[in-house]
Amino acid sequence: MRLLSTKATCNSHGQDSSYFLGWQEYEKNPYDEVHNPKGIIQMGLAENQLSFDLLESWLEKNPDVAGFKRDGKSIFRELGLFQDYHGLPSFKKALVDFMAEIRGNKVTFDPNHIVLTAGATSANETLMFCLAEQGEAFLLPTPYYPGFDRDLKWRTGAEIVPIQCRSSNNFQITEPALREAYEEARKRNLRVKGVLVTNPSNPLGTTMSRSELNLLVDFIKEKNNMHLISDEIYSGTVFSSPGFVSVMEILKERNDVADEVWDRVHVVYSLSKDLGLPGFRVGAIYSENDTVVAAATKMSSFGLVSSQTQYLLSAMLGDKKFRRNYTAENQRRLKRRHRMLVSGLQKAGISCLESNAGLFCWVDMRHLLHSNTFEAEMELWKKIVYKVGLNISPGSSCHCTEPGWFRVCFANMSEDTLGLAMKRFKAFVAESTCTQRTSPLFSNKRKSLTKWVFRLSSRDHHREQEER
Amino acid sequence: MNMLSRKTSQDSHGQDSSYFLGWQEYEKNRYHPIQNPMGIIQMGLAENQLSFDLLKSWLRRNPDIVGLKKNGVSIFKELALFQDYHGLPALKNELVEFMEKIRGNEMKFAPEKLVLTAGATPANEILMFCLADPGEAFILPTPYYPGFDRDLKWRTGVEIVPMHCSSSNGFRITSSALERAYKQAQKMNLNVKGVLVTNPSNPLGVTMTKTELNYLVNFAIDKNIHIISDEIYSGTVFAPPKFVSIMEVVNERISDNNIWNRIHIVYSLSKDLGIPGFRVGMIYSNNEKVVSAATKMSSFGLVSSQTQYLVANLLMDKKFTFKYMEETQRRLKRRKEMLVSGLRNAGILCLKSNAGLFCWVDMRHLLSSATFEAEKELWIKILCHAGLNISPGSSCHCCEPGWFRVCFANMSEDTLKIAMERMKTFTDSTNSAVKGSNNSY
Repeated sequence: MRLLSTKATCNSHGQDSSYFLGWQEYEKNPYDEVHNPKGIIQMGLAENQLSFDLLESWLEKNPDVAGFKRDGKSIFRELGLFQDYHGLPSFKKALVDFMAEIRGNKVTFDPNHIVLTAGATSANETLMFCLAEQGEAFLLPTPYYPGFDRDLKWRTGAEIVPIQCRSSNNFQITEPALREAYEEARKRNLRVKGVLVTNPSNPLGTTMSRSELNLLVDFIKEKNNMHLISDEIYSGTVFSSPGFVSVMEILKERNDVADEVWDRVHVVYSLSKDLGLPGFRVGAIYSENDTVVAAATKMSSFGLVSSQTQYLLSAMLGDKKFRRNYTAENQRRLKRRHRMLVSGLQKAGISCLESNAGLFCWVDMRHLLHSNTFEAEMELWKKIVYKVGLNISPGSSCHCTEPGWFRVCFANMSEDTLGLAMKRFKAFVAESTCTQRTSPLFSNKRKSLTKWVFRLSSRDHHREQEER
Repeated sequence: MNMLSRKTSQDSHGQDSSYFLGWQEYEKNRYHPIQNPMGIIQMGLAENQLSFDLLKSWLRRNPDIVGLKKNGVSIFKELALFQDYHGLPALKNELVEFMEKIRGNEMKFAPEKLVLTAGATPANEILMFCLADPGEAFILPTPYYPGFDRDLKWRTGVEIVPMHCSSSNGFRITSSALERAYKQAQKMNLNVKGVLVTNPSNPLGVTMTKTELNYLVNFAIDKNIHIISDEIYSGTVFAPPKFVSIMEVVNERISDNNIWNRIHIVYSLSKDLGIPGFRVGMIYSNNEKVVSAATKMSSFGLVSSQTQYLVANLLMDKKFTFKYMEETQRRLKRRKEMLVSGLRNAGILCLKSNAGLFCWVDMRHLLSSATFEAEKELWIKILCHAGLNISPGSSCHCCEPGWFRVCFANMSEDTLKIAMERMKTFTDSTNSAVKGSNNSY
């Protein structure tokens, strides 16, 4: 008889993928300005390290909150004992207010419909447990966050069927792609329980368009019992137009107030990206479906948010002035970093998918592949990790259908480090170009690519013009 | 096709048991010494509220820790970014030392065998996910913590096979009871993967003897299965015999090396330190593969880094920790004695206990008949007439009607006194009613 469970011994935790292997290499040889200037620069970590000074200064001005005090009195005992899975009411209120503001107050959230979880990781898994049986499937547009393979499938037994998106239309979701994915699931005898999207997208860094969102709502309405999960973890990181449109806004616009489709749309959120607090483990599920909220609330017992943390953040997010200033300043800094990365890569002859959100860019290095294959992508990735000393994430780890795309983060290091990373890129490309200059085939390719590179990365090129 | 999964259905989480219904009644009519002196006194909550003064005074002396500073410098950024599922090294080092201390330093624990989780609730669930496939089973001695029905079975699909213990031997584990449960599982076509015990026991409040632990180990060796020992109450042992961990017994069996790999301990700071809200739990396992899988699974319930930092520093203060444990145990002992004598005064006996935050109380003589219906009747009477929310044994899967779990550490001393008075009044009135009806008793 087997000693351990199937789950413990299989590798469906997905952690043997290159996404995690790159991290390991970085851990062995991490860049440090002083101690290890030749080390690997971590550009595979979607962290927001840009605005800690704002959070720290708030803490300095409000020492009582961290000290378990309310109005000068200790509430340590109250908090120490508070393990109600309904969550701290003052924190839920502050959180829904924050979420509404991120959406330009075009939607409001009822605190009674919020379920707090220890991070979005826990929220996504919990939703899977609530919505899908073992062996049922969710459709996910590619490329997608590698962690989903573990979070959505591992312990739940649910399956993921990819919706193949392509660069030809900037990886937007199309109706044919949706239907193809649905058919693919049927062929594999998988019952599809819904679609899960990340909006803004990881790894693309783009906000979903209104037409994409409406397409998705139409799709789940057409099929019985299908759900739409919108992971809006990056909603607060939108730094330029077009603004963020939540699926909730779309539902409201469609005027289907009494429509039962409201029962099948669920939002996931977290403070890990917007506030840069992944260590505090603050996530949430929002749903209008009472049964889902009831079940998810009980399931949150398996990953509650520390009451100490709930209290601290209830005060911080409850400070209206602070949270507005924070959001505006944070977005300004993200925009600046984004521009640095894009122009730095441009100088190296590398273009990025035009993006307006997130902590990373989706970078096009197809022209640097020696063949249009994933083997070539892996080769290129290894070169970049080991020779150039930059840990970036290869598109294959995000299940991208086209080789040559990479996710490169820009908000998890200092400006100087980012500058250095850009220099390394430039040097690498120059070197690669040199060695290939002798090939006539390549020089033609390079010429046409240069034009294309400049066209796509032009700052004046708004996405609306392309597809709306 | 159903819109939602079967797991969302009303009863699969097990939260309709009377254990939770009593809470609901309490919520509607809470006792307060001034505002609601006739309200229901909560005696169904196994919380340790006795030593917050000690923790608060420590906090006052260490404002930098809560302010997320180290040596005067802010480490907010470091902590905010720290989401490594291997856990804060400083915390794990302190926890193993703390666990060693609780076990009288009879053994050494290694921090790399510790996995941090958001409370013991996810720790237990994770172990199920790691050790059993859906449809497989774990044997649990009864009576057991009602929460296990949800924590061990709900999302994992694992079954619980109860091993019924009886009052005839103080609810102790025997090898024949273990074998009986195993045979029962086989009859039900269930593959048993292990035994899970809570030591000290909830709801009994009793530490397991070395004899019992050895029966357990013999059984696990014979059947080639796992032992999970939930030692969440290990720090609440306030009287002899001293606490003996499963680890101590296994360490003594040097020749049976394989069993080493199948021993797993669950622990948490919710009971010993009285901070269930902070969500600090852990798994300790000798099995590398289990540690590795459990570590990844802990992603679904990590401990807040803000809390990890606080607790690491608290435990690092050895002088404080030592004094805290001693004083807490002293206070628990005193409370338990108050409860036991108060109940004795009402003609009610308790199972002799030396740990935990509750007593296992014998009210069989108050039942109108030796049935669970009569037990439920009695429970409702005590809830509504005596205004005390206590936990009926049936909610803990006890096989004998008439036993109740009564908590003593989650209210003030005055409130406990009032509860004891109410109990006396209740039994006096019950006795006179019984006498009046001429039933020989």
